[in-house]
Amino acid sequence: MYNNQNTSLALALAALFLMAPFFSAGAETTLNGAGATFPYPIYSKWFDEYNKIHPDIKINYQSIGSGGGIKQFTAKTVDFGATDGPMSDKEIFAVDGKPVHIPTVLGAVVPTFNVPGVANLVFDGNILAGIFLGTIKSWDDPAIKGLNPEAALPPSPITVVHRADGSGTTYCFTDYLSAVSPEWKKTVGTGKAVNWPVGLGGKGNEGVAGLVKQTSGAIGYVELIYAKSNNLAYGAVKNRAGKAVLASVEAVSAAAASAKIPADFRVSIVNASGDTSYPISTFTWLLVYEKNSGKTGAVLKEFLVWMLEDGQKLAPNLGYAPLPANVNDMVKARIQSIK
Amino acid sequence: MKKIISSPAAPLPVPLRMRRLRERAGDRLFRLFVMGFGGSVIVLAGAIFWQLIKTSHLAWQKFGLPFIWTSVWDPVNDVYGALPFIYGTVVSSAIALAIAVPLGLGSALFLAEMAPKRLSSALTFLIELLAAIPSVILGLMGIFILVPAVKAAEPFLIKTLGFLPFFRGTPYGVGMLTAGLILSIMILPYITTISRDVILSVPRSLKEGALALGATHWETVRLVILPFSRSAIFGAIFLALGRALGETMAVTMVIGNTPKISLSLLDPAYTMSAVLANEFAEATSDLHVHSLISIALILFCMTIVVNGLARLLIYQVNLKGAKQ
Repeated sequence: MYNNQNTSLALALAALFLMAPFFSAGAETTLNGAGATFPYPIYSKWFDEYNKIHPDIKINYQSIGSGGGIKQFTAKTVDFGATDGPMSDKEIFAVDGKPVHIPTVLGAVVPTFNVPGVANLVFDGNILAGIFLGTIKSWDDPAIKGLNPEAALPPSPITVVHRADGSGTTYCFTDYLSAVSPEWKKTVGTGKAVNWPVGLGGKGNEGVAGLVKQTSGAIGYVELIYAKSNNLAYGAVKNRAGKAVLASVEAVSAAAASAKIPADFRVSIVNASGDTSYPISTFTWLLVYEKNSGKTGAVLKEFLVWMLEDGQKLAPNLGYAPLPANVNDMVKARIQSIK
Repeated sequence: MKKIISSPAAPLPVPLRMRRLRERAGDRLFRLFVMGFGGSVIVLAGAIFWQLIKTSHLAWQKFGLPFIWTSVWDPVNDVYGALPFIYGTVVSSAIALAIAVPLGLGSALFLAEMAPKRLSSALTFLIELLAAIPSVILGLMGIFILVPAVKAAEPFLIKTLGFLPFFRGTPYGVGMLTAGLILSIMILPYITTISRDVILSVPRSLKEGALALGATHWETVRLVILPFSRSAIFGAIFLALGRALGETMAVTMVIGNTPKISLSLLDPAYTMSAVLANEFAEATSDLHVHSLISIALILFCMTIVVNGLARLLIYQVNLKGAKQ
């Protein structure tokens, strides 16, 4: 009798153990996303924090690059994508269903330089375009001297360093150069990888920064966050209003606040107006479908609401600029229709 | 082997014959099994080739064969040509071989023939260790040690050898020469260790015979050791060349990634595998992706041609050796 009872107890316990995975699987929702590498630190922080508040929701994110993110999003192998450059009309047309761009945070690109004896420099669109086109060849060029009368600029040649790998950073930088220089727009254009007229290619932010550091007279461009966390010297850039602005979280948010935002959020905010706007700034976007299957839409919407409120507060600590209030309100209204 | 089994000299007692039969069935099974393994290599190579063609046809349709010899690479306007990348791959590999072959062969001879045994085994261990270093680590070493060193040496090169078109331009530190140097470090262990093993396998009697006939050490090396190990050494060199052609990470970190063809070895360049690694993840336009995969296809074909040539060369060298 005693023995029998023991057996049935063991059986009941075993049954419970066997059932356990089914219980938890039923309660846990997993979302998968892939895309841009630039916002990866803040996204992984968000998904981690969100999982702490909602233990039943797990969001996986693979930072495989914007191009890969758009591809996987189009092929519907992920629940959401992420990109540093908005999808083109052609790319949107290829998607089965309606893709929605959700701006999440903002980033900026800064010109970093290595000129012996010079700590601060001011650039403007013409100078940057001239340097990267190869028409401004020396640091003591009258155009640079004109903007920096105080700096002791040497008569040494300029070595241009750019990204060799396709990247959202290059997209933002060339987008800015196209906006300020018709010559650039005509001969080079905007893209994640472009046909550079001059210079050396470094792989990644670290590759560009490494080459600039080692080469006297070099200039390159890196993400603001990378420049800050590695204490690189970077120059201020004159904005549309004619004010020289050093990149900062506030100056980037200001650029977004002063830009005119279209309903689909596919907007470039380079060369924005406003006295305090930093001109080489960009949104980064999550890509979600308007209509989702099962619970995915509801879970995504709930996460996006949290991201727009509590999530935004986590951004500045990691070096990202939060969305300005006007854009935040627009996005909140837009996500209501996600199902 | 079949012949031996199937034609025994005398009729066997029955139980033994049964065992032979069973063994034969086992042998057949084994043969099929191993044939499957061997065949899978061919299937795999064929599948890669097929996939490369399938995913690159847009570029071939748009640009045709001139894709191979045009040199514009403009992702913004969707115009692509592969020549600068082919040039970079070929030249950087050639520099690597030019440095690593004499160095590797010399060190192999030293390790096998001249070094004291203890020193030889210690050095061999170190060289084999070199082959195990991940290429990204070598690339970082390239950036932080090799690039500054090359940069310091380049003004001297320009001053002394500047009359040659190969040593002109700005001393950036990164460029074709640096890429060739880092590649030579990566392929050196292949040449050294394989050559050393082969040289060690030269029969002692041959060497002693040469020495007994009054040959000097150098003559023994030249007339006995090298001819004996010739084909294996060529094999090692082509294995190394294959590695050099396909190497990606270390090269992209030091070559300057500029798709331009320049005679000067000091100028930045680009290789086929490097552009694939750099641009594939962010390539969104179909033509861009297909052009990148076309480059992969060209690289694949180049490797096949190089290996084919290697076979031919080894075959001919052996033929000549046999005639002598």
